[in-house]
Amino acid sequence: MRPLARTSGLLAVTAALALGLAACSSGGTPAATTSTTAGSGDLSGSITVYGAASLTATFTQLASDFEKANPGVTVKTTFNGSSVLVTQIQSGAPADVFASADTANMAKLTDADLVTGTPTDFATNTIEIAVPTGNPKNISTFTDLAKSGVKTVVCASAVPCGAATEKIEAATGVTLKPVSEETAVTGVLSKVETGEADAGLVYVTDVKGADGKVDGVTFDDSKEAVNTYPIATLKDSSNKAAADAFVKYVAGAEGQKVLAAAGFGQP
Amino acid sequence: MTLDFKARVRARGFDLTFGVKTGETIAVMGPNGAGKSTLLGLLAGLVHADQGHARLDDRTLFDATAGSRAWTQPHRRGVALLAQEALLFPHLSVLDNVAFGPRSTGASRQEARAVARQWLTEVDAAELGGRRPAALSGGQAQRVGVARALAADPSLLLLDEPLSALDIGAAPALRRLLKRVLADRTALLVTHDPLDALVLADRVLVIEGGRLVDDGPTREVFAHPRTAFVAGLAGMNLVTGVRSADGIEATDGWKVVAPFEAEVARGASSAIVVKPSLVRVSHLKPGRAEGNAVWQTILDVEPRGDSIRIRGDMLAADVTPAAAADLDLAPGDTAWFAFSADAGVGYAL
Amino acid sequence: MDQNRRMTRTRAHLAGVPRWVAVLAGVGAAFVLLPLVAIVSRVNWVDFVPLITSDSSVAALLLSLRTSLAATALCVVFGVPIAIVLARATFPGQRIARSLVLLPLVLPPVVGGIALLYTFGRRGLLSSTFQFLGIDIAFSTTAVILAQTFVAIPFLILSLEGAIRTAGARYEAVAATLGAAPTTVLRRVTLPLLLPALVSGAILSFARALGEFGATLTFAGSLQGTTRTLPLEIYLQLETDPDTAVALSLVLVAVAVFVVGLAYRNGSVPSGPSGADR
Repeated sequence: MRPLARTSGLLAVTAALALGLAACSSGGTPAATTSTTAGSGDLSGSITVYGAASLTATFTQLASDFEKANPGVTVKTTFNGSSVLVTQIQSGAPADVFASADTANMAKLTDADLVTGTPTDFATNTIEIAVPTGNPKNISTFTDLAKSGVKTVVCASAVPCGAATEKIEAATGVTLKPVSEETAVTGVLSKVETGEADAGLVYVTDVKGADGKVDGVTFDDSKEAVNTYPIATLKDSSNKAAADAFVKYVAGAEGQKVLAAAGFGQP
Repeated sequence: MTLDFKARVRARGFDLTFGVKTGETIAVMGPNGAGKSTLLGLLAGLVHADQGHARLDDRTLFDATAGSRAWTQPHRRGVALLAQEALLFPHLSVLDNVAFGPRSTGASRQEARAVARQWLTEVDAAELGGRRPAALSGGQAQRVGVARALAADPSLLLLDEPLSALDIGAAPALRRLLKRVLADRTALLVTHDPLDALVLADRVLVIEGGRLVDDGPTREVFAHPRTAFVAGLAGMNLVTGVRSADGIEATDGWKVVAPFEAEVARGASSAIVVKPSLVRVSHLKPGRAEGNAVWQTILDVEPRGDSIRIRGDMLAADVTPAAAADLDLAPGDTAWFAFSADAGVGYAL
Repeated sequence: MDQNRRMTRTRAHLAGVPRWVAVLAGVGAAFVLLPLVAIVSRVNWVDFVPLITSDSSVAALLLSLRTSLAATALCVVFGVPIAIVLARATFPGQRIARSLVLLPLVLPPVVGGIALLYTFGRRGLLSSTFQFLGIDIAFSTTAVILAQTFVAIPFLILSLEGAIRTAGARYEAVAATLGAAPTTVLRRVTLPLLLPALVSGAILSFARALGEFGATLTFAGSLQGTTRTLPLEIYLQLETDPDTAVALSLVLVAVAVFVVGLAYRNGSVPSGPSGADR
């Protein structure tokens, strides 16, 4: 009995330690919520948006645009792989809005009844071939990627961009022999950027976002795998009004303009 | 001449020249920091000389004279070293420790072990062959160390205070062993113990401040100390000065009367030694008949065997405990120290 | 004597340690140990064996063992000479060289991966040399081994260099005066005396190589059976199949605990010079 009691005491102290640390790190939050002023709308407070990694650039801009349009609202953003974010939300992370890079990950949340209403599809993304600048291996079609002597890097099938790649392979009947199956699309992009790989399969938006460090080669069969991005307000949100407004903003004209500029397609 | 040595190491203020004849064992003595370790290091190849040269038999150990920078690596020198601690390799058996030298210089394992057994027998340690060094006593380990050094068949054996780390009980036996094995061997023995020098060495080199201050047959050096250090080792009082009509005039003007062993010209630098047991101490100034007397401050008073030694600035005296009690002297007190005109012995420096 | 020892073993006492220090030590230890407990508690024991024996798991485990062993061998081959030179030789810039060699210890692994990329990569410093030799390191198992060696070699150098300094050069000096050439001294005296430190250093290097993730991901890529080591497999599985990720994590933890235990047991053996001849 005694050792057990001692262990649980230790647990309690450790937990207290962890809580103390957490309290230190979230000290700024109350200040943000109290700075409410009447804006153009009646919205106030702060919301936290969880977005897929591929949305980093666009959602950072959309968040600040939204804040300008609604001076009473503060938008905090967190970006990561969609599946990682889903795991965090399921574990009770304090998010108000979730924007996924695919419908499958959003489905996990709707299945668990963590979402209010039906998610809104707000963007699509397609696969493109990224090659080092100048396209040294003269890649022009998807079939070229299977040629011997061409080092192709793709996403592992476990991640959305890899699943899309597999769909295209199935549709075209071309089997790729990749030299690496990266865990994230950023891994594919960096391997092409550094010239280690001759070609990689990434999203159109990634090529655009790479700012000239890689060239993009579009191919017809990319339409076989179109990723749809859904966004939704979460059930546990403490500021549903602002969250809903943000979702509407992203799906609306202003949001679509920013997304289109980054290379996203319309749903 | 087996060893011909001349070297200077500026950083250590070391500048020494000497020679060793084949089969000669030389004791090297000197106060701490005198340069004894530097000397051994130069010979073993652990220290580099700025200038000079050393030849052992027909081998050049180092040659740092103008235009030449020859230097022989330690393992090609034929110079073996036995230190205070035996430093037996802890991962090898006693037998393989002794076999290490021959094995390293090309002998087969069997040959090397045969040589090792022979040397272990020579140092009366044949039965220790199978043991690990950790299982040996200090005396046994040093015995094996001797065997290991000799098994390497060195042209020159260096011994760095080989007895100083041993128990008082173990030292005499190892001293006897060394006397036996050093008999016909060319060796340099660094020691602080006059007994080692007397028993083991044919000759003594005295080094002070990196320089040679005395060099001669052991008994001769101790009988006629040239420096306070050697006089201290020999247990003698030493007064130095210049030859006067009936003795010497010491550097501070004190006139000391003593017979001289041999004719020495007036004014030549000379020394007088006198045994502490022949020096008397008193509170009253001794008469002229008492011979030589000097008024001194006492430095310390300590028991020494059957007598009490009272040490002053210049002279030390050995008095009986009863006499010491009567005098009741403590460090810092002053008293007269005297010895008769025929108690000392004078000689030229 | 033996009885006494057993007594002190079974009864814990603080021996002058202030109580609050002991409490903080307990909290700190819990902080380190609880996450391990958490992993164990999350393991899906029903499917544990199938999860860790799937094709991809076995491939990753075998690849990890293979590359880590190769990396450990490279660490020994190059780390021992580095340690000896750093501890024994004197040369200008030695202190700087020492810090630089230990740099991979404090460098974020990703940075290490980038550095390796720009050294051995297709457009790296040595690319023309390797192209001339017809060697292509990118995306090969060799790249994994290089990344692991890079991050693991400081462990070997550190543990060995310390041991060399502590041991001093006295045994070597004696061996030389007995006629042993430098290589003989190294083989018959230095290395045997350093063996305990060498073994524990190699074990730690192996453990570090086994856990290598960032540099491998950056430099070598991720392909089953070729470059996807166990940590990369865990990271990938976390995306889709957390059960497998947790099961494999436990395997890695078990291997690490075993390896560290081995190193400690080895390190507790009194190394080299014994007290008897001191």
